[in-house]
Amino acid sequence: MSVLELSRWQFGITTVYHFLFVPVTIGLGFLVAGFETAWLRTGDTRWLRLTKFYGRLFLINFAMGVVTGIVQEFQFGMNWSAYSRYVGDIFGAPLAIEALLAFFLESTFLGLWIFGWDRLPPKVHAACMWIASVGTLLSAYFILAANSWMQHPVGYHYNPVTHREELTSFLAVMTNPEQLGTFPHTIAACFLVAGGLVTGIAVWHLLRRPSPDTAGAFRSAAKVGAITTLVAAVGTMVTGDILGKLMTMYQPMKMAAAEALYHTAQPAPFSLFTIGTLNGSKPVFQVTVPRILSFLATGNFSGQVKGIDNIQALYAQVYGPGSYTPIIPVAYWSFRLMIGLGLLATLIALVVLWTLRKGRVPAASGSARSRLLRWAAITLPFLPLAAMSVGWIFTELGRQPWLVFGQLKTSAGVSANSAGEVLASVIILTLLYGVLAVIEGGLMFKYARAGLDVEEPAGPADGDQEPLALVY
Amino acid sequence: MHLSDLWFIAIAVLWAGYFILEGFDFGVGILLPVLGRDQARRRVMINTIGPVWDGNEVWLLTAGGATFAAFPGWYAAMFSAFYLPLLLILVALIIRGVAFEYRGKRAGAAWRRGWDAAIFIGSLLPAILWGVAFGNVLHGIPLNAAHNYAGNFFTLLNPYSLLGGLATLSLFTLDGALFLALKTMGQLRRQATAVARLAGVAAVLAGGGFLAWTEFSYRSAGHVATGTASVLLAAAAAVALLTAVSATVGWGLSGRCGRPREGLAFGAAAAGIAAATGALFTALYPNVLPSTLNAAYTLTTGNAASTAKTLAVMTVVACIFLPFVLAYQAWTYWVFRKRLGAPPQSAPETQ
Repeated sequence: MSVLELSRWQFGITTVYHFLFVPVTIGLGFLVAGFETAWLRTGDTRWLRLTKFYGRLFLINFAMGVVTGIVQEFQFGMNWSAYSRYVGDIFGAPLAIEALLAFFLESTFLGLWIFGWDRLPPKVHAACMWIASVGTLLSAYFILAANSWMQHPVGYHYNPVTHREELTSFLAVMTNPEQLGTFPHTIAACFLVAGGLVTGIAVWHLLRRPSPDTAGAFRSAAKVGAITTLVAAVGTMVTGDILGKLMTMYQPMKMAAAEALYHTAQPAPFSLFTIGTLNGSKPVFQVTVPRILSFLATGNFSGQVKGIDNIQALYAQVYGPGSYTPIIPVAYWSFRLMIGLGLLATLIALVVLWTLRKGRVPAASGSARSRLLRWAAITLPFLPLAAMSVGWIFTELGRQPWLVFGQLKTSAGVSANSAGEVLASVIILTLLYGVLAVIEGGLMFKYARAGLDVEEPAGPADGDQEPLALVY
Repeated sequence: MHLSDLWFIAIAVLWAGYFILEGFDFGVGILLPVLGRDQARRRVMINTIGPVWDGNEVWLLTAGGATFAAFPGWYAAMFSAFYLPLLLILVALIIRGVAFEYRGKRAGAAWRRGWDAAIFIGSLLPAILWGVAFGNVLHGIPLNAAHNYAGNFFTLLNPYSLLGGLATLSLFTLDGALFLALKTMGQLRRQATAVARLAGVAAVLAGGGFLAWTEFSYRSAGHVATGTASVLLAAAAAVALLTAVSATVGWGLSGRCGRPREGLAFGAAAAGIAAATGALFTALYPNVLPSTLNAAYTLTTGNAASTAKTLAVMTVVACIFLPFVLAYQAWTYWVFRKRLGAPPQSAPETQ
C-alpha cells in the first residue's frame, strides 16, 4: 500500500476509535452532573448511588478518550504535513484554542472531581463535573468548526506567494453555516448515545429482580435515560434535516452518493434499501418512497436533486480531469445505517418509557416479552454509538476525493514519510488499540454488571484514611 | 517585536511549563519501581500525581496546538521528521494514561504489576525522548528545500541529542523525587530526598553538559541579544540546579548541614528546568528548525509562521483565557496540598 492509503487507514482507524469514547464523555458527563445535583437538591441517596455508578463508567471511558485524543493532534503533523502547511493558518487555531479552553477545563476539573469527594464542599464538587462537561462541549465546538471548515471552507483566501490558504475572518470560520448545523447535530447524537447507555444498563438491572432500593434507583436512571434519548432523538432528526440541506447546497455529490442517484431527478425518490451493485445499473430489488429524497435535500417534495454523473461532469470542467465521486456503496449504506440505527434506538427508548409508565417496573418474568426487552436493553447502548460512527464515515468518505472541499485533494495532503514508517505506525497503533479495546470493554462490562455500591479493589490510599469511591 | 516572536516565546513558556509539570509526574513514574517497594507505597506515589497529571499533560497538547496554529511550517516539518520518536512517545503516553485510570479497577497482583510497568515505561520513554527531540531541534536536521525530512531514525541519535535525552531524564527524575519528598511523609519522604540528591548531581552534570555544549556549538548566530540571553539563562539554570542539590542536603547559607528544604529544592529545580528551556529556545532563535543540508532550507520564526491575522486572533484568545487556566490549575494544587501517607497497615498485594 502507498503512504497515502496507509495514512488514510491510520486516520480512519484512530479517528473512528477515538470517537467511540467522545460521545459517551460528552453526553454522560452532563447526566452524571445531573445525578449529583439531584442528590444535592433532594438528599435522596439513590441519586448519589447513580452518580457513583455512572461516574465510574464515565471515567473508564474518559481515560480512553483522553489518550486516543493525543494521537489525533499529533497525526496532522506526522501523517498529513502537506495538509498542515497548506491550511495550518486556518486549521491550527481551533486546535490550539481547543486545548487552551477545553482540555485544561476537562482534565483539571475531572481531577478535582475524582479526588475531591472529601476535599471539596458538595456543591463545589458537583460544580466540577458541570464545568468539566462544559469543557467537553467547548472542545466539540472547536474541533467541529475545524472539521466544518474542511467540508465547507469559509473565511480564507489563497495566497499565491506563500502557496497556502490564509485566514481572513476567524468569526466566519467559527460561525460557518456548516458548523451551525454540524455542532448541534453531533451534540444531540452524543446525548442519544449517553441516554442509550444509561437506559440500557438500568433496564438490564431492573430485569434481574434487584432489591427495592436498587430497583428504585435504576428505575429513575432508566426514566432519565429514556427521556434523554427521546429528546436527543428529536434534536438529532431536526438538526440532521438541516444538515442534509446544507450538504446538498455545499457538497451535492455527497447527497447524490447517499442515494446512489446517478442522474438528476425531479422529484427524487428515496430508497429504503437496494439489492444490487449501486453502480448505476438497474437494481435487482429496491424499496423506494417517492419524493422523499427531494424533501431531504431541498425541503420541497418536488425539488430537483442532482445526480452523480451530472455533478462529475460539472466538476471535471471546474476542477480539471479526474474522479470526483466517493465510494458509492459506502456512502449509500452508511447513510441508511446512520438513520436506521438511530431510529431503532429511539424506538427502544419509547418502549422502555412505556414499560415504566405510572410507577411500573418491567416484570422480570421469563416471558418472551421480558426476554425481548432484555435483549433490547443490551443492544441499546451500542445502537446510537454505531449510528454515530457510520455517520462520520459517511461525512468523511462522502467528501472524498477532497480533504478540504474544492481546495485540496486528500492525495495532496499527505506527508513525505516512507511507507515503512507509516506501516509501522498503523500496525502498532491498531494492535495497541485492539488490546485496549478488550481491556476497556472488559472493565465497562464488569462495572456495568456489578451494579450500584461496588467498591473498587484499590481502596483508600489517602492521608485521611477515608474510603474514597474513585481513586486509583 | 513581531507577533511571531511573541508566539515563539509563548511556545517556549508552554514547553517550560510542560517540562516542569509533567516532568515531576514522569519522575514519579520513573521512581515507581525504585521507591515503590510495596503496593501501599506505590499507591501513595501514584496518588500524589493522580489529580494533576492529566492537567499537566494538557500543556503538551497546548504547546503542540500552538505550534500548529502559530508556526504551521514548523509543526509540519518537525512532527513528520520525528515520526518514529513521536510514535514511541504516543504509545508511551497512551499506556501510561490508561494505566493511571485502570490499575485500581481490578484486584490481582498481575493486573497491577502490568500497569505499574506501563507507568514506568510510559514515563521513562518520553522523559528521554523529549530531550533527544530538543537536542535535534537545536542541532538541526536534514531538511530539504521543501522542508521535508531527508534523514532517518538513526540520524536523530547523534551524541549531542542523546546527551539531551540524559539531561531531561535526570532533570525529570530530580523533579519527581523532589515532588515526592514534598508530598509524602515518613520513610518514603526520606528516601525520595536521598534519591533527589543523586538525581540532582546527575541533572547538574548531564543538564549542565548539554547546555554548555549547546552554547558552544549549537547557539544560533542570528541574533546577538538572544544569544547573550541564552548564555545567561544557561548559567541561571546551572545555579538553580546547584541550589536544588544543596537544598536537598540541607546546606544553609552558613554552610551548616541542616534539615533538607524540600520546598526550596523543588522550586529551584523547577526554576532550573524553566531556565534551561529558556536557554534552549533563546539559543535557537530566530530559527525554529535548522537544516543541516543548507542554511537556506532552515525554518525560522519568519518563514514558518502563520499570518499576522491568525497570530492576532490567537494572542487575544490567549490573553483572555490563559490567566483563568493558570488560576484554576493553581487552585487544584492548593486543594490537594496535603501530604499523603501510607495507610497504617499496608494493604496486601492481592485482595
